[in-house]
Parts: sequence; C-alpha cells; structure tokens
Amino acid sequence: MQGKFEPKIVGFLCRWCAYTGADLAGTSRMKYPPNVNPVRVNCTGRIDPTLVLKALQNGADGVLIGGCHPGDCHYTNGNMKTLRRFKLLQNMLNQFGIEKERVRLEWVSASEGERYARTVESMTEEIRKLGPLNWKRMVEVIA
Amino acid sequence: MTNPKIAFNWAASCGGCEIAVLELGTKLVELKDKIDIVFWPVALDFKYSDLEAMPDKNIDVTFFNGAIQNSENEHLAHLFREKSKLLVAFGACATMGGIPALANTKSKQQIFNSSYKETPSTDNPQGIFPQPKFIVPEGELTIPEFYNTVRTLDQVVDVDYYVPGCPPVGPQIGKVVETILSGNLPPKGAVLGASDKSLCHECKLEKTDRKISKLVRTYETIPDPKRCLLEQGIVCMGPATRGGCGAICLDAVSPCRGCYGPLPNVIDQGAKMLSALASLFDADSEEDIQRLADGVVDPIGTFYRFGLARSLLRRTKE
Repeated sequence: MQGKFEPKIVGFLCRWCAYTGADLAGTSRMKYPPNVNPVRVNCTGRIDPTLVLKALQNGADGVLIGGCHPGDCHYTNGNMKTLRRFKLLQNMLNQFGIEKERVRLEWVSASEGERYARTVESMTEEIRKLGPLNWKRMVEVIA
Repeated sequence: MTNPKIAFNWAASCGGCEIAVLELGTKLVELKDKIDIVFWPVALDFKYSDLEAMPDKNIDVTFFNGAIQNSENEHLAHLFREKSKLLVAFGACATMGGIPALANTKSKQQIFNSSYKETPSTDNPQGIFPQPKFIVPEGELTIPEFYNTVRTLDQVVDVDYYVPGCPPVGPQIGKVVETILSGNLPPKGAVLGASDKSLCHECKLEKTDRKISKLVRTYETIPDPKRCLLEQGIVCMGPATRGGCGAICLDAVSPCRGCYGPLPNVIDQGAKMLSALASLFDADSEEDIQRLADGVVDPIGTFYRFGLARSLLRRTKE
C-alpha cells in the first residue's frame, strides 16, 4: 500500500436509527471521512458476533456498530441484547490482542447526523493511529 | 476379497482418541477379522519407513487424530494423505485443533520458556535445553520443528470425513467404522458420529428459560443436579455444540465444554456461544452487563476450548 494508511471500517448500522442518522449526515452535506462502509441491518440485535469476527478476519481494521439509544429500539430491546453481547465480545477481543478502539458500539438516533459524522471521524483517527490490523496476514506470517 | 486396510495415527494429541478406540470393546474383536490394521503406533510396531514403502492409496481408511503442531505432524499428514483412499479427521484435535490449539494464545517462545524455564517444577540448573540439531559421534540428531500456530488436519491436507469429540464416544466410533466399511459412503466433508442438533436436545436437565444474574465457575458452586447448568450461572457450551455424545458430561453434572464442535453451517462456535450466553444476561445497566461479562474469566479458553485453530481468528496477536 502506497502513502497514508486509510483505515477500512465496516459499519453495521440499524435501519431505524444509526443508518437513518448516517443518511441525515449525507443529506445535510456534513463532511466526514469516507472510511466506514455501512451495512444496513434491521436491528443491531441481529448482529451475530460472527459477523464482527469475520469482518476483522477478512481485512477490516475496525468495526462500528450503530444502534438506537437505550429505550428507543424499534423492537423494544434489540439494542440491549447488542450491548450484552458487545461487552462480552470486547473482553474476548482484548484477549485476542485486538485493541478496544477497533470495535465500537455507538448509539446514534435518526436525527443525530452530526453525532454520526463525529463518531466516524474520531474512530477513523483512532484506528489510523493504531495502524492496519491485517489479521489474516498476521496469522500466516507467524504460523 | 481382501480385508480393507485401516490405519490409525496420532499427531499433537493426548492419546485419548486411541483409548477411545478400545471403547469398542468386544466389537473390536469382531472387527479384527474384517479389517487389516496396517499402522497403529499406540498398539502395533510399525515404522514410518513401512508407511513410506507403501504404494500410493494403499490404505483404505486412515483415522488421523491430533492437531498439527510440528513438522513431524505435518509430514505424516501429507504421507497419510498420499497413502490413503479416505482420510478421516478423528477427534477434536484433528477436526478443530483441540486442547493443543490453546497454544495459539501464546508464541512458540513463550511456550518454550514456560516449559523449560519458568514452571515452578522445572529443575534445570545447568540450563540444558532441547536443540533442533545435535551432533553425536554417530552423526547428526534432529528433532521436529515446533510451530508457532497449531493447525487442524484440514488446514494442512484434504480431509474426507470428520469425527468430532474429545474423544469421540465409543458407540459413535462403532457406527462410523460400520458406515465406512459398508461402502455406502456419505458425501465428502460429512461430519460422522455426531448429531445435527445441539447438545441441549439430548441433555436431560430441566430447562426453564431462566436468565442469569451471576456467573459462577465450576469450583465455586455445587450445582443442582436436576436443573440446566446455564440457568445456574455455569457456562455450559451445550447450545453451541453438536450433540451425539449422549450428554455424558451433563449426566455427571459437569458442563459441556464444546468438544463436539459447532453445529452444521456454523462458522465460528465461540462466537455463537458468546452470543447465546450474553442473551441470557439478566442486566440492563452498563455496569451490571460489564460485571456479568467479566464473569467469563477466560473467554478464549471458555468459548474456544477445543476450537481455536478452526475459529475465524485462529490465534491471538503477539
């Protein structure tokens, strides 16, 4: 890779809040880094931890999970299920040697375009400082 | 017609799979007349040179147990693949890395230091360490190279069938051997000797859909022998593990540790268990959730006790 390292971040965004918030950031023409590739999901509660691990294993430098604020979930408590999985997943990723800045859970409502833009901005900067993850290559190199 | 030629081999394993074959009991005696065993290091005196001298595809079925942790394991994996018509990954280590794959949480150097320097029981004042090569008057002696990362058998060579379990239970081994000898072969890549449903389906403990407000480790409690262990706060891998073993650990009120591996179409057993366990957490505040999550003291060792080598991440970062 030539030049500056550009983090690749996979964003799993719930369609009712974070994805709509991201949409608002776009339609309001806010500027923020293009590093997050959003994947729209119906609810963060359906994000199997497998998806996060697979993204990291397949070359993502970070994963952003965006859902509704507690109490706002379209399906009552999907976001709380995510929070429970997320805390346990963070503990495990820490044991794998994956920095906690690389996998983030953020609550972004449909009206918080600004919050989404700033989240992407700060996450991109944090991961830029950490450098590439390159998981597959790391596993092969130290095999 | 000549009898089918069968081989057993061990790689990075404890030998339990070999003992499990003996669980066949009298069936083994009946089998004796129907098969020819051409290689079985634990029981019969064959040399690697006998194996190398065989023509290709000479062995009908090889049951290969153990993970691939050093150059000898890898060499034998290739050799058995060449010499066998069917190669069966036998047991948790060959199918998913097993206990040896927990070495993937450490580097080769860390393991070496722990084994030869740091363990309190190590008594080595002269600092004598194994060397990859050593010159003696008779010539050069070598030992196999130890690898940094443990691999499953199918990460090294092509595998025809998988028989999970640490070790596979006796009755299932009998069925597997019968299936293969019958000639009526399942599709390549099939998992034999296990169920397609989760262990919870065959577990007899009473399940009531209760949530967990505190996690306990097995040594901290005496569980109620009638109730689901997960509901009592003990991490049991049942929901994310294939059945087929007959839930024998649960019969002894000991939680499932996941040796039968992931269910069909599951990519990562640990991720599934993590997901299942977290959904049982009875907590809504961030602090309570964190406290429950911290109750899993060793997440990798809990969720990937037998499956780290075939998990998505496969090892820890150094």
